[in-house]
Amino acid sequence: MAELSTAEPDTGPATGPEAGPDTVIATRALTKRFRGGQLAVDGLDLAVPAGSVFGFLGPNGSGKTTTIRMLMGLIEPTSGTARVLGQAMPRATRTVLPQVGALIEGPALYGFLSGRDNLLRYDSADPTADPRTRRARVAAALDRVGLTAAASKKAKAYSLGMKQRLGLAAALLQPRRLLVLDEPTNGLDPQGMREIRSLVRELASDGTTVFLSSHLLDEIEQVCSHAAVMARGRLIIQGPVAELAAGARGLLVVTTPDPGDAARVLKEQGMADVVVEEDRVTGEPPDRDLAEVNAALVSAGVRVRGFGLERASLEDAFVALTGEGFDVAG
Amino acid sequence: MSRAEASEVSEASEGSRASGISEVSEVTDVGVGSGTAEVVGLWKPSPLWALGLLRNELVTTLRRWRTLALLGVLAAVPVLVGIAVKIETSDGASGGGGGPAFVTQITNNGLFLVFTALAATLPFFLPMAIGVIAGDAIAGEANAGTLRYLLVAPAGRTRLLLTKYATTLAFCVVATLVVALSALIVGSLLFPLGELTTISGTRISFGEGLGRAFLIALIVAASLIGIAALGLFVSTLTSSGIAAMATTVGLLITIQILDQIPQLHAIQPYFFSHYWLSFADLMRDPVYWDDLFRNLGLQGLYAAVFGTAAWARFTTKDITA
Ligand SMILES: Nc1ncnc2c1ncn2[C@@H]1O[C@H](COP(=O)(O)OP(=O)(O)O)[C@@H](O)[C@H]1O
Ligand SMILES: [Mg+2]
Repeated sequence: MAELSTAEPDTGPATGPEAGPDTVIATRALTKRFRGGQLAVDGLDLAVPAGSVFGFLGPNGSGKTTTIRMLMGLIEPTSGTARVLGQAMPRATRTVLPQVGALIEGPALYGFLSGRDNLLRYDSADPTADPRTRRARVAAALDRVGLTAAASKKAKAYSLGMKQRLGLAAALLQPRRLLVLDEPTNGLDPQGMREIRSLVRELASDGTTVFLSSHLLDEIEQVCSHAAVMARGRLIIQGPVAELAAGARGLLVVTTPDPGDAARVLKEQGMADVVVEEDRVTGEPPDRDLAEVNAALVSAGVRVRGFGLERASLEDAFVALTGEGFDVAG
Repeated sequence: MSRAEASEVSEASEGSRASGISEVSEVTDVGVGSGTAEVVGLWKPSPLWALGLLRNELVTTLRRWRTLALLGVLAAVPVLVGIAVKIETSDGASGGGGGPAFVTQITNNGLFLVFTALAATLPFFLPMAIGVIAGDAIAGEANAGTLRYLLVAPAGRTRLLLTKYATTLAFCVVATLVVALSALIVGSLLFPLGELTTISGTRISFGEGLGRAFLIALIVAASLIGIAALGLFVSTLTSSGIAAMATTVGLLITIQILDQIPQLHAIQPYFFSHYWLSFADLMRDPVYWDDLFRNLGLQGLYAAVFGTAAWARFTTKDITA
């Protein structure tokens, strides 16, 4: 865990890219350079364990969608390899993709068709989908996302949230081993976001592996068991979310009416990056028993109102890793 | 089934690959073994299921407003021609010369309206309608973003392209039949029907005339195979449906104009529209087949060349829309 926090952006993933049998997505040095010369994905080594809810985190333009397009066989990698469900993409699209449901860069629908007819069309595009059960499966998918009542309405009359849910329904037309959801809550109101998140949790509890890209940290923290962080086309870190957040160490916060003295004592005690804001002194906790730090404050005559550790968020981890704020476009 | 066999299946031709999918799933299931995966391994997809997309595509295309509008315009042409001829001749005038082929014979026999309407729509209205449908085939899906979802379904690029081409060809037949049927109905309402005189001057029965009209409609539909392939190829080059449609129709007009320039005599036999009006040879007695066969051969050549180009382009293209 400690090595996670010290990983430099350039040293690559802390977790190795070994593709064991339980790895649903495995890429090796996956790279995409667009024809304009834009390096969108740069040497990506990704390992998504089976059964995980894997958050693929990165600011806009960091290469998430490009990665997903390569995983789904929509674009050819410039170099490197990608394996999905154990098979090489894009060669094995025919055998792999029937077992994968995907939502890529927002839903795309036929506005002149009803919601139901949209799903019937997407289902008939899958040569492994049984036409005898098509209507029943479409009805079940509509029900799952709560669109049964609106099923006969033309898709162009749908709200953004309804379109998003119809897109999700298309990903759920068959039992899937892997769901790839590219920013599924983008553009939704908080209520819509909650609905999608609870759906994702539900699907994950059925044993489906979910690969969820997002530029929202709290979203990843709320629903994901694992995460990978992207910035400017490069993978910065990947691993279980708990470890990633713990990797960025918490903040020691001291509340006191004597901030000046407190800061001096805390520095003597080995606290780094000390920041004083009115009656709050914060910094990186020293490598020693915090009880002794507190005792040192008290014996130096500093009146302590509050003394405690603030748990680091994934955002702190991100800032610690990249040295920049999160909403920076690559 | 061993893993080696499984990978053989995945490299086999498309048809046999579809039937091997269930076995391949079973092999990979061993590794992960999640609950839902077992369901995937149970059923065996039938190769016939691959036709589901074609059926859906045909129905979807025919349900679009745009398709119906195009067919409406095509159906209106014979109505306009029929009414114009009727008005022109009702005051006793002999109809004069000029106008599309067969137009002077319509007043004697309504069946000639079928030939006239096909001759009037073949140079522009029919190929324009095909250009719209073919040009939009792939580019329109890319434009709407639905292409990526069809491909991850997974429709398969070759299968999707074949489906689109088959649907465009079906539209060629439907569009031509709409013109012919509309003309037949209008012709029989406004003019007498009966025996007719061929271009060679012989008389044939109305029944045989009807048969030849049907044959002509099929030949006219087949004349559109070339522009359909050309439109499909253009459609794979861009992500804008409008651009693809405009390019295809623009090519059509350009070729039609170049076909009129005498100096280009040497290359004109390779223009897809060069032998279009040879369908009139079916009204000779005996039928003069040479140009008809040249036309069909040329259409086949265009289908092969541009079909292959479309396939080469589409199966290697990055889908970023
Ligand atoms: N079709 C394309 N052509 C050229 N550059 C592209 C294309 N698609 C994406 N890019 C570039 O690649 C980078 C990564 O984009 P993307 O994968 O969409 O990021 P994200 O999904 O993380 O927001 C961006 O800088 C973007 O401008
Ligand atoms: Mg994106």
